[in-house]
Amino acid sequence: MLYYIFKRVLQVIPVLIGVTLILFILMYIIPEDPARLILQKGATEQALANLREKMGIDKPLYVQYWRYVSGLAKGDLGTSYRYRRPVSDILAEHYPNSIRLALVAIVIEVIIGIFAGIISAVKKYSFWDVLVTISTTLAVCVPVFWLGMMFQVVFGLKLGWLPMSGMGDGSIKYYVLPAITLASVSTAFVARMTRGSMLEVLSNDYITTAYAKGLPEFKVITKHALKNALIPVVTLIGLDLGALMGGAILTETVFSWPGIGRTIYLAVLQRDAPVVVGGTIVLVLIFVAMNLIVDILYAWLDPRIRFEQKELNV
Amino acid sequence: MYPEIKKDLKEQSEITEILEDAGMEKKYSRSSLYKDAWRRLKKNKLAMIGLGIIIFLIIIAIFAPLVSPYNPIGRVKEESSLSPGMAHLFGTDLLGRDIFSRVIYGSRISLEVGVIAVGISVTIGLFFGAIAGYFGNVPDVLIMRMADIFFAFPYILGAIVIMTILGPGIMNIFIAIGILGWASFARIFRGSILSIKNKEYIEAARALGASNFRIIIKHIFPNAFAPIIVYATMNVGSAILVEAALSFLGLGVQPPTPAWGKMLSESLNYIDIAPWMMFFPGIAIVITVLGFVLLGDGLRDAFDPRLK
Repeated sequence: MLYYIFKRVLQVIPVLIGVTLILFILMYIIPEDPARLILQKGATEQALANLREKMGIDKPLYVQYWRYVSGLAKGDLGTSYRYRRPVSDILAEHYPNSIRLALVAIVIEVIIGIFAGIISAVKKYSFWDVLVTISTTLAVCVPVFWLGMMFQVVFGLKLGWLPMSGMGDGSIKYYVLPAITLASVSTAFVARMTRGSMLEVLSNDYITTAYAKGLPEFKVITKHALKNALIPVVTLIGLDLGALMGGAILTETVFSWPGIGRTIYLAVLQRDAPVVVGGTIVLVLIFVAMNLIVDILYAWLDPRIRFEQKELNV
Repeated sequence: MYPEIKKDLKEQSEITEILEDAGMEKKYSRSSLYKDAWRRLKKNKLAMIGLGIIIFLIIIAIFAPLVSPYNPIGRVKEESSLSPGMAHLFGTDLLGRDIFSRVIYGSRISLEVGVIAVGISVTIGLFFGAIAGYFGNVPDVLIMRMADIFFAFPYILGAIVIMTILGPGIMNIFIAIGILGWASFARIFRGSILSIKNKEYIEAARALGASNFRIIIKHIFPNAFAPIIVYATMNVGSAILVEAALSFLGLGVQPPTPAWGKMLSESLNYIDIAPWMMFFPGIAIVITVLGFVLLGDGLRDAFDPRLK
């Protein structure tokens, strides 16, 4: 087990180096001069040159990259061109809002997704199964931002049941529409996966045995089948926390949610590269970390994976 | 269990029928994998609906000037923000442009992005996947670690960062979506090559003196290609969704060119006075993506009936 964890952590290091390097190069080749962005029009050449020197952007690429990475290790993500504030401060302000939204989305995804998956597996080919299959297929095809807009029109504008945008005082009613929007695609995946995995488990002999013992169906499904069927689903949900944070950029923009996604979007509009790159790095870090945790957890739950990995990597 | 056996038997008898019709010599024709798949695909109603949607959209996109009743960028001031009616099927926007015509022209952007961007991903992915899978060792490790880096980016986020740097425009969308997608194709192709390369017929080809290039192109490629076709079809749908998202965020196609995502972001400020502006482009996206998803699912079942 320790060997597996060690190997898996080692694999992450080149990924992190690669991600920061790619993002840094992208920021470096941005066609605009950051000094000009900060000082705006009318600045003298001398002032521009001074600022460039102060920011260190007159140095060669590898020097700058080294400075950036060593700063990153200390939690320093650079300074925003627009606000003249540390990027880490700006992100820290908006971060909790994104995490809260993602957590609510996960709760929705778990409850609705798993429930729908179980129903459609147990009552295979019934009306409910068909309904779940159709809605999960459609959910994957609907653009998230459009779904959000439709919700705004129907529940916010026409019916007036829920607030259309913003976070207001942070009460739960502000969460409902953005969280459902954010959860839509993942819920479909969870439902599909639960269905598939449940069907596989239900065809096992030990389920037949459980029925033969005279156990009621409810007990067979919840106690015997569900435990095994949920292992792959749990993995999917774990991975999703990272993906939801990255995917929040559209939902947060539509609903004007003051989270990290919207911060990145606004920075994109203002061509504020340090905020875009810094925000992206943090999101990628979370995504990679969640992957790592889920993989290790999964190997711990299911020893077969550890051994498979060993054999594959000889 | 029982109905499945029956189905198998039925397919068996059908195969014999076909073989008898075709004459025994054609029994082992080279394209039989694809012919079989097509035969199974034709029976799948949902897949045929998907294919129908795609063909319909391609025709609409090609003949857009003939099909659309108005100029998609022509403004008629007197006819601004009309609700859907006989003269304007989908209504008009605030500049007096006909939404029906704009939706029709928008199909061009979506299909172009879907096909070209995925084409770029497939090309890069096959190239690196073939090298990694066939040669193994150092190239394999290097390429797969590169792929890991690309997997670490959430798709939309990566596209947004690249578009921020490159600037808006359709060429840049091709590049951004194309570059981001290669890793999955490389991984899939590598996997199928690994499973094929140690088969006896590859060994036989090598014993006959075939070069590496010839073995990859002539012997491995046709057999490893099925999963690529399936995944590419599904990926066209996601590429169209990403393009819509980029255009929605103002990073994609620039006005006045009609793109569905752009139309949606233009409608955002008028959802209270002109809700039809946001309804029709959205429906168009859903139907298009659905077409590719249904066809992709059908292709997967057709190429590998065991998975069903």
